[in-house]
Amino acid sequence: MNLRYLVIKLLRAAFTLWAVVTFVFVVLRLTGDPADQLLPDDVAPEIAAYYRSLWGLDQTIWQQYVRYFAAALQGDFGISFRNGLPALEIIWQRVPKTLELGSATFLTALAIGIPLGILAALHRDRWIDRVTMGLAVFGFSMPNFFLGILLILLFALQWRMLPSSGYGTWEHMILPVFTLATAFAGAIARFSRSAMLEVLSQEYMRTAEAEGAGLGARVWRHALPNAAVPIVTIIGFSLGGMIGGAVVTENVFAWPGVGRLLTNSVGDRDLAVVQGIVMLVAVTMVLANLFVDLAYGWLDPRVRVGAGQRSR
Amino acid sequence: MTSISRSRHKRLGMPLPVLFAAGFLLAVASIAALAQVLAPFPYEETNLLYRLRPPFWMERAMDAHPLGTDKLGRDVLSRLLVATQVSIALALLGTLIGASLGMLLGILAAHKGGWVDEAIMALVDWQAAMPFLIVALAVLAFFGNNFWLFLALMALFGWEVYARLTRGLILSAREQGYALAVRALGAKPGRLYARHVLPNVAGPLIVQLSLNFPQTILLETSLSFLGLGIQPPLTSLGQMLGEGRDYLLNAWWLAVLPGAMIFLTTLSMSLIGDWLRTRLDPTQHR
Repeated sequence: MNLRYLVIKLLRAAFTLWAVVTFVFVVLRLTGDPADQLLPDDVAPEIAAYYRSLWGLDQTIWQQYVRYFAAALQGDFGISFRNGLPALEIIWQRVPKTLELGSATFLTALAIGIPLGILAALHRDRWIDRVTMGLAVFGFSMPNFFLGILLILLFALQWRMLPSSGYGTWEHMILPVFTLATAFAGAIARFSRSAMLEVLSQEYMRTAEAEGAGLGARVWRHALPNAAVPIVTIIGFSLGGMIGGAVVTENVFAWPGVGRLLTNSVGDRDLAVVQGIVMLVAVTMVLANLFVDLAYGWLDPRVRVGAGQRSR
Repeated sequence: MTSISRSRHKRLGMPLPVLFAAGFLLAVASIAALAQVLAPFPYEETNLLYRLRPPFWMERAMDAHPLGTDKLGRDVLSRLLVATQVSIALALLGTLIGASLGMLLGILAAHKGGWVDEAIMALVDWQAAMPFLIVALAVLAFFGNNFWLFLALMALFGWEVYARLTRGLILSAREQGYALAVRALGAKPGRLYARHVLPNVAGPLIVQLSLNFPQTILLETSLSFLGLGIQPPLTSLGQMLGEGRDYLLNAWWLAVLPGAMIFLTTLSMSLIGDWLRTRLDPTQHR
């Protein structure tokens, strides 16, 4: 892999993380004196002064910034107001549950979206294409909170087939995963379709057909590898939307993950936990983008060589 | 060649779904403009004697409340009309401010170049890397909820897409004959961009506007649904849905009616946005 490509990507990732920490710091200080918010109103001035120096609030803003930055690098975002535990610890307990939901959603959406997109591209402008793309538009116009509530109404309350909310068995996963996967699958189906259409119109596809390769071989061996780059791009782009969707979906189904923790903490203004989650999301996004960039290099040898010299 | 001209021909008129979408949006726009006139009751008027009454097609419905009443006996129809107005107005205002901000920064980046360009584009990358819902939730946690902050968040949503798009469009438009000619005639940059360049690159920006609008509606309704956006006594479609969610078992319409309104609105916008994109963007004519 080209070293310069890698270094630029790593620098950009580091910049994003730095910007997020700085953003949180600036916004926190803009909201006023943290000591006023943390301490009771009638606290004695000496005690307030003691806590101020304990928390480093008597230092200059730059010293505070450095201190905040160092703490953030070590994953220290302070103590939750609600139960006095370190914020990171509380968040960490929730992470596996969100990962469970997220990975199941991811696999479901890919398993639905990519084949449907390819199918639509192969049958362009015919009814399969129309129906699939209609479903895709339907899928990503549907607010996930509404879809979740409709599913609860039908499958849990009306037909009593599945639990309406909670966590535990595989049955608890079906409705949240379906809710979260719908929009994602719709977006992936659309992009897979247009990526496939682009590839199908290329000369080498006609060459492959002329050589007598069957439809399956043409799609699998020739078209898919070339359509992979745009598909991977949109998967990377969708992750942010999926994180936002997970926050809402976890709320609808009372799923005990990070998203529900975030909305509860925002409601309680438990700032330490909110900061920790924002940083966790930032790290996740940065890692995902890095992964997508690296995947490009692996999927498309031209990227590896660098923009300057495009060899075939 | 024949297949291309055939598909072009088909796209000249509005397809049926797009026509329906346009009709529905027209109705939504009239509701948004005239909610107070159309609403049979003040949307916040409670009547504890008639709580959780069903819509007209069910038993125990009341003639005065065609879509039923909610947990405080408030008229659902009136609330739905006003909630639609609030949601649409917020999304419209947010989209317009966000688009103006993004376009301004995009023009600035393209015009100044150098470190200004670098800084703006770094900001764009950063904004694109962070899920906006998370940023919005963090800001609401830090500052506490208030209406103007919420509106500011709506306005901020999506600015980076406009900035990137405008910058790219302007960089390529600037080198074209008409822009060079206007500059050679001695026009100031402000005049060049406002009078000559922007009208020429408006197509993709309008498409982006139509794609961003439903996203803004979804952002507002999501936050309000979570109880972190529009606060009672004011209402919005998301806030109504969030409230109705507690009554799924015995009054499902309280959640389904506002939900259907959101869905149909975003669906219509998406259909029209897609149609506009294929109409205005020649590379999409396949």
